Amino acid sequence: MIPELGNFALMLALCLALLQAVLPMAGTYTNSQLWMGLGRPLSAGIWVFMVLAFACLARSFLHDDFSVAYVARNSNTELPVYYKFAAVWGAHEGSLLLWVLILASWGYAVSLLSSKLPLDIVARVLSVMAMITAGFLAFMIFTSNPFDRMLLNTPTEGTDLNPLLQDFGLTVHPPFLYMGYVGFSVAFAFAIAALLTGRLDAAWARWTRPWTNAAWAFLTVGITLGSWWSYYELGWGGWWFWDPVENVSFMPWLVGTALIHSLAVTEKRGVFKSWTVLLAISAFSLSMLGAFIVRSGVITSVHAFATDPERGMVLLALLLVIIGASLCLYAIRAPVVKGSASYAANSREVFLLINNILLVVATAMILLGTLFPLIHEAIYGEANRMSVGPPYYNTIFIPLMALLAFFLGVATFSRWKKTSLEHLKQNLKLVLLASVVLGIGLPLLVTSSINPAIMLAVGLVLWIVFGVLKDILDKTANKDSRLAGLLGLGRSYYGMQLAHFGVAVLITGVCLTSHYSIEQDVRMKPGDSVSIGDYSFEFGGVVERKGPNYDAQSATINVSKNGKAYRVMNPEKRKYHARGDVQTEAAIDTGFFRDLFTALGDPRGDDAWVVRLHVKPFVFWIWLGAFLMAAGGVLALLDRRYRYRPVLLAQTTEAPSATAPDAVMAKVVNS
Amino acid sequence: MNPIRKQKLLIVGVILGGAAVATALLLLAFNKGLNAFFTPTEIAEGKVTGTQNIRIGGMVKKGSLLKEGLQGTRIEFIATDFNEDVPVVYTGVLPDLFREGQGVMADGHMDAKGVFQADSILAKHDENYMSSEVKAAMEAAKNKQAAKTVANGGAQP
Repeated sequence: MIPELGNFALMLALCLALLQAVLPMAGTYTNSQLWMGLGRPLSAGIWVFMVLAFACLARSFLHDDFSVAYVARNSNTELPVYYKFAAVWGAHEGSLLLWVLILASWGYAVSLLSSKLPLDIVARVLSVMAMITAGFLAFMIFTSNPFDRMLLNTPTEGTDLNPLLQDFGLTVHPPFLYMGYVGFSVAFAFAIAALLTGRLDAAWARWTRPWTNAAWAFLTVGITLGSWWSYYELGWGGWWFWDPVENVSFMPWLVGTALIHSLAVTEKRGVFKSWTVLLAISAFSLSMLGAFIVRSGVITSVHAFATDPERGMVLLALLLVIIGASLCLYAIRAPVVKGSASYAANSREVFLLINNILLVVATAMILLGTLFPLIHEAIYGEANRMSVGPPYYNTIFIPLMALLAFFLGVATFSRWKKTSLEHLKQNLKLVLLASVVLGIGLPLLVTSSINPAIMLAVGLVLWIVFGVLKDILDKTANKDSRLAGLLGLGRSYYGMQLAHFGVAVLITGVCLTSHYSIEQDVRMKPGDSVSIGDYSFEFGGVVERKGPNYDAQSATINVSKNGKAYRVMNPEKRKYHARGDVQTEAAIDTGFFRDLFTALGDPRGDDAWVVRLHVKPFVFWIWLGAFLMAAGGVLALLDRRYRYRPVLLAQTTEAPSATAPDAVMAKVVNS
Repeated sequence: MNPIRKQKLLIVGVILGGAAVATALLLLAFNKGLNAFFTPTEIAEGKVTGTQNIRIGGMVKKGSLLKEGLQGTRIEFIATDFNEDVPVVYTGVLPDLFREGQGVMADGHMDAKGVFQADSILAKHDENYMSSEVKAAMEAAKNKQAAKTVANGGAQP
């Protein structure tokens, strides 16, 4: 009964989504207040039915209702209860349900938080989001319904959740990731609305910015959790593999980062308008491309989703319709939303343009690397297959990011419209000197060896950090007191600086971990010991241990530091009952300055095992930096200007120079 | 030059410069990171010459895995597409799903003795999984074997 209720809720949600896709949009053309006003209650309705459907599937999991095919494939009576709940989104159908639920939640959030926006804009935005919702709902109901039943031969036991996914990291990774992916649909819908109306001004950018920031922050956290999860769960001790599935989550992030920066220019200066719209369309299109690549199985990847070519074709068609239609609309309407203010060669606009170009070029190259095997196969046939490895990505991505880090430092000090070289020189002289001297000096002092790559990295990190500090000091210098000055700076300013500081922390983590990790895969017999740096690892043998739904071979590794006992680590090999899958469970000692990573390999006879022993300095900083960036994004969206000062904004001096369309826009907004 | 034209020139200049740097990087990166994929049959046919990095795929031949009594963490096994075999040597930890009779992919190079020296071993995190590359390679090898059988059958009256 409950699964039928869930199925019914899905169908009702689809009907409401279809209504919402049509009525409010039609209302904007017939100028019907009633039809436009339907957007808000309809999005509430969709959300309620999606929550109901989700609750029904969750209940089926918690009650081990194996007559539901999806539950039978992804759960088991032995599965701990919190993993039963997480299993709701553990495979294709359920994760699609979560995807649509989150899409509906964003739509509902827009309808709740848009009371200050003109009704016709709200109507268009909600209609566009409902079109996407309807598309994905139809895809789910007709090709991948999570509520499909097996009433005749109901299994008495489920096949269990993929053991890789039985972990806290997974419980939270997909929801955050989807919040990010789907969150870009809001910016996308705003962009489409702007194209339809031809009205794209500072006020538009100001409405779009907090939504984009929120989606970006969620995506940042989602990707970080995924990286952290693969670090401790895959048992390799790596945190990024340039795997196609990682790439497809990284591309919308890079474009989203570009979008955040270009939105800033559009809001403050009224330029880069059509570019901003194109980025908003691209960010969401890349999110959907990610969904397609993960679920269709066109690309070989370590991430396994049930792959079904037929489903892939339907998803591809859906994707082509959404992306194709929005790009067509862009091609027709983009000239209408052209920016008109001018800026000099040496201005903040240009530095942000450089930021955008670097990020977009990086995205394009990752896209090329990800799709290259497909393209190559399509041209040269199946017999000539190629694979693209990490060296490709590292060769391209690292220099681009080094440039980005350099320009980040300059851009902070540049001014809108025009910056005199004298001004930049004055501000950056000290910062440059300090970061060059310390960038060369610090690594030399600590490691007493010359490593240009590390020196460049440290220099760039200090360049960013000193830049952030100096800018804050400068901005507070002329106030009555430092404290008053610090309190006077807005949240969006602190958000920006925090995120940029996060970039510095992240670079530190990535560079130091990559260069100074000591990794040893050794064959050890009980009693053997290996020394790495200050640490000594003594292998104490392997014993059997019983878990709730698995049997483990648990190793004992006694770690001592400088001869003193430090701690005992227990990496495991787990064999899960239901599927018989073997899973490596690493043991990690996390520290602020270094991680000790141990994992158990395979047995090699005579009680000897292969053991993975890593000492990884600063690896924690990678995730810390990413979280700081996300926190910066959240802080910026909490800025007062997004909440107070409603429609009047369009009149303020911040609006771009009054060109004809902009003036019209301001009038419309005020009416 | 008027300011707008100057500005446009600047933008075009920045974009062109970026594109040039990007192209140079791209060529370098393709040189470094691109691995061609070969099957044991293709290797036996002599399609691989030199010691450039390649990726091979096939099945781990049953009974071929040797991992006890070797130096350090070295292992040896034979990758097969049921038509031809390639001996593989690898030093390090094996993935959880690596076992005899299962699909495997490896990155590395062929040495002078015709042994594949693997730098990394990839096995998929799914019991039923066979990568599209390996699957296609298996099909091709099967067809070749069938052709051989037919040819042999045809020779005998």
